[in-house]
Amino acid sequence: MTTHALAEFAVVVASVLLLALPLGTWIARVMEPGVRPLPLARVERAAWRLLRTTPEDDMHWSRYAGHILGLSVAAVLLLYALQRLQGVLPLGAGMPSVPPLLAFNTAVSFVTNTNWQAYAGEATLGLLVPMVGLTVQNFLSAAVGLAVLAALVRGLVRREASGVGNLWVDLVRGTLYVLLPLSFIIALLLAGQGVPQTLRATRTVTLVEPLAGTDTTVSTQTIPLGPVASQVAIKQLGTNGGGYYNANSAHPLENPTPFSNLVQVVSILLIPAALCLAFGRLVRAPRQGWALLTAMVVIYVGSTLPTLAAEQAGTPQLRSAGVELAASPTQPGGNMEGKEVRFGIAGSAIWATATTAASNGSVNAMHDSFTPLGGLFPMWLMQLGEVVFGGVGSGLYGMLVFALLAVFLAGLMVGRTPEYLGKKVEARDIKLAALVVLIPSAWVLLGTAVSLHVQGGRAGIFNAGPHGFSEVLYALSSAANNNGSAFGGLGANSAWYNTVLALAMWMGRFWIIVPVLALAGSFGGKRAVPPGAGTFPTDGPTFVLLLVATVLLVGALTFLPALALGPIVEQMQMIVGGAS
Amino acid sequence: MRESIRPALVLLGAFTVLTGVVYPLTTTLVAQLLFPARASGSIVVVEDGARGSTLVGQPFAGTRYLVGRPSATAPVPYHAAASAGSQLGPVSPVLDSLIRTRVAEARVREGLASDVAIPADLVTASGSGLDPHLSPAAAALQVSRIATARAVTPDSVRSVLARATAPRWLGLVGEPRVNVLVANLLLDGVIAAPPSFR
Repeated sequence: MTTHALAEFAVVVASVLLLALPLGTWIARVMEPGVRPLPLARVERAAWRLLRTTPEDDMHWSRYAGHILGLSVAAVLLLYALQRLQGVLPLGAGMPSVPPLLAFNTAVSFVTNTNWQAYAGEATLGLLVPMVGLTVQNFLSAAVGLAVLAALVRGLVRREASGVGNLWVDLVRGTLYVLLPLSFIIALLLAGQGVPQTLRATRTVTLVEPLAGTDTTVSTQTIPLGPVASQVAIKQLGTNGGGYYNANSAHPLENPTPFSNLVQVVSILLIPAALCLAFGRLVRAPRQGWALLTAMVVIYVGSTLPTLAAEQAGTPQLRSAGVELAASPTQPGGNMEGKEVRFGIAGSAIWATATTAASNGSVNAMHDSFTPLGGLFPMWLMQLGEVVFGGVGSGLYGMLVFALLAVFLAGLMVGRTPEYLGKKVEARDIKLAALVVLIPSAWVLLGTAVSLHVQGGRAGIFNAGPHGFSEVLYALSSAANNNGSAFGGLGANSAWYNTVLALAMWMGRFWIIVPVLALAGSFGGKRAVPPGAGTFPTDGPTFVLLLVATVLLVGALTFLPALALGPIVEQMQMIVGGAS
Repeated sequence: MRESIRPALVLLGAFTVLTGVVYPLTTTLVAQLLFPARASGSIVVVEDGARGSTLVGQPFAGTRYLVGRPSATAPVPYHAAASAGSQLGPVSPVLDSLIRTRVAEARVREGLASDVAIPADLVTASGSGLDPHLSPAAAALQVSRIATARAVTPDSVRSVLARATAPRWLGLVGEPRVNVLVANLLLDGVIAAPPSFR
């Protein structure tokens, strides 16, 4: 690891924390009734009239959950229809309609905030689908995450209440006051760096040196353009991650400079980090929010440093082939396969753990070509359940579930009923929390096992041996935890993976949202208990330690055997093969 | 779920208009006003037409040119309509033999001894297959070959490379890099100075 890498990493973490402070305050204000900036408040009230609702229409958790499911089913149908009709609708840029299974997978992928890319943007989609289809779901799925979090926080704050808030109001507020203004700013910053923002679909240029092939000569290059910056801004802020181009943020038009890379990686972590601080304000105990954020930062930093070291070290195979692996002021060195020069090793490794800690899933380097250990940490961060920053809203509500488990464990140690934020945590709550942890894990492990046993699953594997196993494990980990990044060699656009991964994404999203909303309802109905001598404080270093340990232990115990078959065996293979 | 049908449809409609039409169109309008060249793909246009985007690499093989990174796009390298990395894993025998071949080719092309270590970026495929850049070290390796082929002094080639080089952002973030297309356009005299939007 180089000094430059550490400095760049420090810039990223410091930028996230500094920007999260004001944003957290702002989000806390947005999530509560209160004064709004005037022009937007008018739009908000107009939206209520259209939706025939008001904030006073407080919903029971089950109604809130039912509306989310109804809305999501409608959104999948709409996005599916848009893709299937691409060939006949305007602004298709000559692209044919998307085939049924691919359209289904992509629709589920964007509605569940996963943004798994079975599609190759520039080769599959024209201008219309990314603009009025994908971008819209990027906003909506992030707004749903924010809404569920808002409901859970209300549950924790309210006493003996029957409702958890109004879904429609929450969706409109999150989008209008948080996601839209931030996206507009980020989109312009990116366009200023060279990310296209135009309604022109392509531009053909003449190559400086024609490319002589065996039978033909290529003398032109067709450059795909479009409204890229506006989609990329919300793709990062909303922890969506689906690229405009196939290569995602490794594509020089999607992410042209070191500065655009910094803007994007900070955007990935920004809202999840700010939400922790907003949470602290909403529960009237800022230290509670800091405790959760500290736990996240500890795990993120702890998994980024070894990733940086592994990628900079490269492989013995590269060294023996005669490749310079040492970094210097004039070259990045290290494992540059699948990485871009402008980001080098540092910018790529920092991004890889950021995009998997958060459930973003955009990539600026190809994870499939990372060293075994460099690929292990991103994969494990997803398997932890996307609670280290995680998705917009979903990261924090996932982490709050782990906080309940942590106080439960602490309660077991001292033989006392656990409490969190002045509410008793009872048997039903722990059962719901356990569901949230178990469902995605089961999908990952069972899905991987089944995929390896059917022809359709094995056929998609690109690299041989343990690395091929990692490709499948990574895909299921990514889908069931709504991340969306991939070991891209896997041939995911097949009947098997389009179906299995779509199901994993759906379950991983809604089988968590429903128990979390049930928890919100359960806590909202409870009375507050005053803290006593035996209350375990959840805003100090002991709690942070216990929370980190809970997340890591659950992750390690569930996934170590599977990781041993993939990256860990491959690490041995690399050492043995490199020595021969 | 039945009672959610109407609000769900209304909400989807409103979101489609607001975030799918108003937002991208407003952004397009403002971006085109503020950064017309950058928001349109950073295209280099000279008298005889558009010669490339400074952000999208082109394939170079001739001895007169600065050669960029290997590209894994199909069917041809630097195929801009289908960005892609190789997706080869770290212990892949296919990757190993590709890299050994590239290292050997680079040593022959640049007239280097058989024990000179080659900069990693010059022999590995980029993530996008369209990487427009090279590290300064990988570019410096090619100076004497380009100077010989063009019958100019190595210093004049070096000064062109220096003009096509961008530093780290604030000296801290990212990597210093040479824009291969800009360097070659400068070498050919197609452009007199690097484009302002580079």
